[in-house]
Amino acid sequence: MAAVATKKVLYGLYTDEEDLKTAVKSAKDAHLDIMDVLTPFPVHGLDPVLGLSESRLHYLGFIYGAIGCLFGFGFMSWAVVSDWPIIFGGKPYWPIPSYIPITFEMTVLFSAWGMTITFYTICGMWPGVKPKILDNRITDDKFCIAFDVSESGKKDVDSLQAFFTKTGAAEVHEKEI
Amino acid sequence: MSQAVAPVRHVLIEGNKSYHNITEDLSSPTEKAPSREWIIAFSLAAAFLGLYVFAVCWTIWKGIGSWNLNRTINWGWDITNFVWWIGIGHAGTLISAILLIFRQRWRTGVNRAAEAMTIFAVICAGQFPLIHMGRLWLGFFIFPFPNTRGPLWPNFNSPLLWDVFAISTYFSVSLLFWYTGLVPDLATVRDRASGFRRKMYEIFSFGWTGSAKHWQRWESLSLILAGISTPLVLSVHTIVSFDFATSVIPGWHTTIFPPYFVAGAIFSGFAMVQTLMVITRKVLKLEEYITLNHIDSMNKVIVLTGTIVGVAYLTELFIAWYSGYIYEQFAFYNRVFGIYWWAYFGMMFCNVVSPQLFWSRKIRRSIWWTFFLSIIVNIGMWFERFVIIATTLARDYLPSSWSYYSPTWVEISLFSGTIGLFFFLFLIFTRVAPVVAIAEVKHILKVAGSQFIGKNASSHGGHSSVQIKKEEN
Repeated sequence: MAAVATKKVLYGLYTDEEDLKTAVKSAKDAHLDIMDVLTPFPVHGLDPVLGLSESRLHYLGFIYGAIGCLFGFGFMSWAVVSDWPIIFGGKPYWPIPSYIPITFEMTVLFSAWGMTITFYTICGMWPGVKPKILDNRITDDKFCIAFDVSESGKKDVDSLQAFFTKTGAAEVHEKEI
Repeated sequence: MSQAVAPVRHVLIEGNKSYHNITEDLSSPTEKAPSREWIIAFSLAAAFLGLYVFAVCWTIWKGIGSWNLNRTINWGWDITNFVWWIGIGHAGTLISAILLIFRQRWRTGVNRAAEAMTIFAVICAGQFPLIHMGRLWLGFFIFPFPNTRGPLWPNFNSPLLWDVFAISTYFSVSLLFWYTGLVPDLATVRDRASGFRRKMYEIFSFGWTGSAKHWQRWESLSLILAGISTPLVLSVHTIVSFDFATSVIPGWHTTIFPPYFVAGAIFSGFAMVQTLMVITRKVLKLEEYITLNHIDSMNKVIVLTGTIVGVAYLTELFIAWYSGYIYEQFAFYNRVFGIYWWAYFGMMFCNVVSPQLFWSRKIRRSIWWTFFLSIIVNIGMWFERFVIIATTLARDYLPSSWSYYSPTWVEISLFSGTIGLFFFLFLIFTRVAPVVAIAEVKHILKVAGSQFIGKNASSHGGHSSVQIKKEEN
């Protein structure tokens, strides 16, 4: 990946998730361009306020599962029917009921691994990824709204400062990440 | 989250915790030097692990002949231990997956440790089929891979092969579920650490920042993984029971086995969770997060599943009689009154009679009773598997091949050794990762914290939107 240029970020820290939600709402009303909202735990009710559409990860989960299902069933059928047919005394060549357990397991296996790998990939998270940490307390008890101010003039920054003061941010900082 | 909470809801986080207190309390065990209790327990576990390694080497070197299996009783302690450990490995996924789907908030106190326990129990379980192969280095033959013998594929009609798929899928999916849940908490530990520790946690937390979109995807992933783990956990023990139920041995060839095994697995798994939690909460001082309400809830699950298991035992006897099939009748007569009668009555007492004490609220909420009974249930569930396996095989169709089986020191060492392995892994886990899910506990704080609900709740001064509806009486 090409080296990503550093950004100048102005961020405010709130001490309660309800304050955060109110602040995000007023930022949206004021048409401020929020870069990211960072929280120590999943805050319910934040996504609609922030305008995040629902994750489509579960559709992928279904697709991966379907692939696993077809792969498991198809492979067993191919191995036993075509590649190396085994003649058991009078038993059917293609014993579908006894494929059910492995087909099911393959469905779950593909779905789980596929979804998890997709999750880490789309979030840009892997072992060795250097985290862009704004503040160490965001994984503890602070709720953060971050604005990208790399290209903003002083006036914009001042208005963002005013926004943070108005919405009750406990602290406001600027940081390059 | 402003949400009205019913007055009947239990307090799940005691001690008026703030978010910061939660971080502090739950991540500090990974930051402090190990306590003396920990070091003693760890040395003991490591000693048993050493014994295990020795017994495995002995088995591989001398061959399976160093066990007391014979032509008649060809499955003994090994498969008993395997099924026992797999059963224990069911509680973690049950707590995290099924209780997540049912929105049981008390799961957050115990899910992390229970999931870890699942993974370690499955590791212990997996040892037995592998070493029973005798030639451990050919273990990979169980997987269908292109080979120069044809290629010759494994028998996809065999429940033993289904087991291979079920258990490896279960292990890997549980690992994903557990680790994905752990990533945000490892990031919490990372952000408190410095120097080398910080570097390590940076690697293991995958660069987690807590972005709203990541949390949204994380929740979606957790929910779907929970959804697919639920049938998975049921399938695993069903398939383990197929190892017996699809055979044509009287006493094994019964259709009740799958539900009976699954209930037994949940039963034994919860018992093991109790054993571990009662110790962990004490040693790591987590009484405010793993409260009596958690223990009470788990004991309710134990009394329910114990009763299901009891009904299954009796149904089995009834059906044996009702079938009118003499071989089946003999197998069950022998199971109860035969040479292994003591194992049967031990099982009945430990699994059916003893958990009934949990109908009493006082006993459900007593730490000592809980600990004691959880051990009894663990013993009982081991007996159950022994009864099913050894006593059924001991009386063959031909009286000339009737036999008796008792373990050698090697088998005993292997079993006690896996207990060492289990605690070895669990104790390491308590040192490197938060034992209670930090983010999830914070998430339920405002609906289950003692300052928000329950009789000691105070009106929370700060924010009108978080005023929790308290019972006004």
